[in-house]
Amino acid sequence: MQWETVIGLEIHTQLATQSKIFSAAPTAFGAEPNTQACAIDLGLPGVLPVLNAEVVRLAVRFGTAIDAEIAPRSVFARKNYFYPDLPKGYQISQYELPIVGRGQVEIVLDDGTVKTIGVTRAHLEEDAGKSLHDDSLLGGGHTGVDLNRAGTPLLEIVSEPDMRSPEEAVAYARKIHQLVRYIGISDGNMQEGSFRVDANVSVRPLGSDTFGTRTEIKNVNSFRFLERAIAFEVERQIDLLEDGGRVIQETRLYDAANDETRSMRTKEEANDYRYFPDPDLLPVEIDAAFIERVTADLPELPDAKRARFRDDFGLSEYDANLLSSSRVLADYFEAVARASGEPKLAANWVSGELMAALNKAGLEIEASPVDAEGLAGLIARIKDGTISGKIAKQVFEAMWLGEGDADQVIEQKGLKQITDSGAIESMIDEIIAANPVQVEQYRAGKEKVFGFFVGQVMKASAGKANPQQVNAILKDKLRP
Amino acid sequence: MSLDRSDVEKIAHLARLAISPDQTERYAAELSNILDLVAQMDSVNTDDVEPMAHPLHMVQRLRPDQATEPDRRAEYQAGAPLTEGGLYLVPKVIE
Repeated sequence: MQWETVIGLEIHTQLATQSKIFSAAPTAFGAEPNTQACAIDLGLPGVLPVLNAEVVRLAVRFGTAIDAEIAPRSVFARKNYFYPDLPKGYQISQYELPIVGRGQVEIVLDDGTVKTIGVTRAHLEEDAGKSLHDDSLLGGGHTGVDLNRAGTPLLEIVSEPDMRSPEEAVAYARKIHQLVRYIGISDGNMQEGSFRVDANVSVRPLGSDTFGTRTEIKNVNSFRFLERAIAFEVERQIDLLEDGGRVIQETRLYDAANDETRSMRTKEEANDYRYFPDPDLLPVEIDAAFIERVTADLPELPDAKRARFRDDFGLSEYDANLLSSSRVLADYFEAVARASGEPKLAANWVSGELMAALNKAGLEIEASPVDAEGLAGLIARIKDGTISGKIAKQVFEAMWLGEGDADQVIEQKGLKQITDSGAIESMIDEIIAANPVQVEQYRAGKEKVFGFFVGQVMKASAGKANPQQVNAILKDKLRP
Repeated sequence: MSLDRSDVEKIAHLARLAISPDQTERYAAELSNILDLVAQMDSVNTDDVEPMAHPLHMVQRLRPDQATEPDRRAEYQAGAPLTEGGLYLVPKVIE
């Protein structure tokens, strides 16, 4: 039987604030345990939560970026469950009236196709603390609880079940990751838990319009693991169904070490959260003027940038997508393109030599030893014929090592292209005289030998001969 | 609408409340009475009434995003039954 995979994602992204969602305790990562957990975060009796204004602004900012409806009135609710890292016995979240309603994003797949994925909603909630299952604590038998993270503001972004393959799910997750960083509402750091992805996965016979029973995969902390976890889960479900079994609705943990998902708990019991509106918090009202101000404040979004790079600069869909993938990269590319006046060359150099050098050195683009102005200077010398593209790679390497700007390197190393046709001709004459066998072969119709001559000329000129001139003169001289 | 023993047992478990078998019977009756009252209210026509999430006709006040809470871990942990290395300790939780 042919099966169809159906995937929806729930993404928890930590909002970039100084203080917590309902208290004035700091949110900095890596502090000593429990030094950033105040009376409100600990759920001590008599305390009252007060909502952080910045949290509201950042959530609305996300909503406007995905073209979503912003709720004029949203309500906080209590989600009740018991766990030691949840001191109050409930998590303050939003249930019936979330702050961000339906929106959508576009994803670009590897083959260049564009697909729209619906966002069902995005709601605000507080994070729980962290449990440390460490057997050395007090000689064993205990779990340690660090509540620094309790009360950290999260925006939970829930997608429609619109994705049909692990690749689409990863493309969507990357898209949301890109977007939250573009608009600066989250640092998106996956290692620190600022961006966590849960996947709802089910399969159904191809052509069916009802959903199969789904499982929820948790504990995925990289895009690569997300793809593998979903792929494993899809195969597990298909095997189960083809063997006449049935899928149980449950939460499964991804185990990266063994590349498999394992059952964590069945949903029936764990999911009975008994939500109700939190009486400690009043409804949040957002007026049109506020939404307008937040919208006006948005930077150019990745989709708009991608379209502009494609249409105004004539880049391919692939290059446009790659170069708009982060704001710093896009800004760098655009500066090179504008300063050099050669957007396509700029695109090739940024996505080629520059990114390869950055990857090799393990550097982010902000720390690139060659800045946008420097790279534009190099491209200008390719454009005006001072150097060939091949020599330019040598120049780039020297610039990367801090040996000066393009003009200084070209001057110091004597890399200026030879465009004096007299000089090129005499080089070619010598090579033709020294290689009579190859000349015969070429004249007898073996055109491949032409490359040999080009190579010889380049060798003789240390790569500095102008390639167009070399080709033209060689063709002329080799003619029988 | 009425609740039976098993409903009460489930609710008690979710709320981590220990109740004895004779209490279960009594709670089932009392909670059913409350639900009956709700069912009675449910029959009132509320077409013109705006749903509310809070009895006060007020809007949530917002707080500026400033981290002003000092570290008072020592004081908070003075009241905790068990701590070590700055962590609150609880009986081992197995997932």
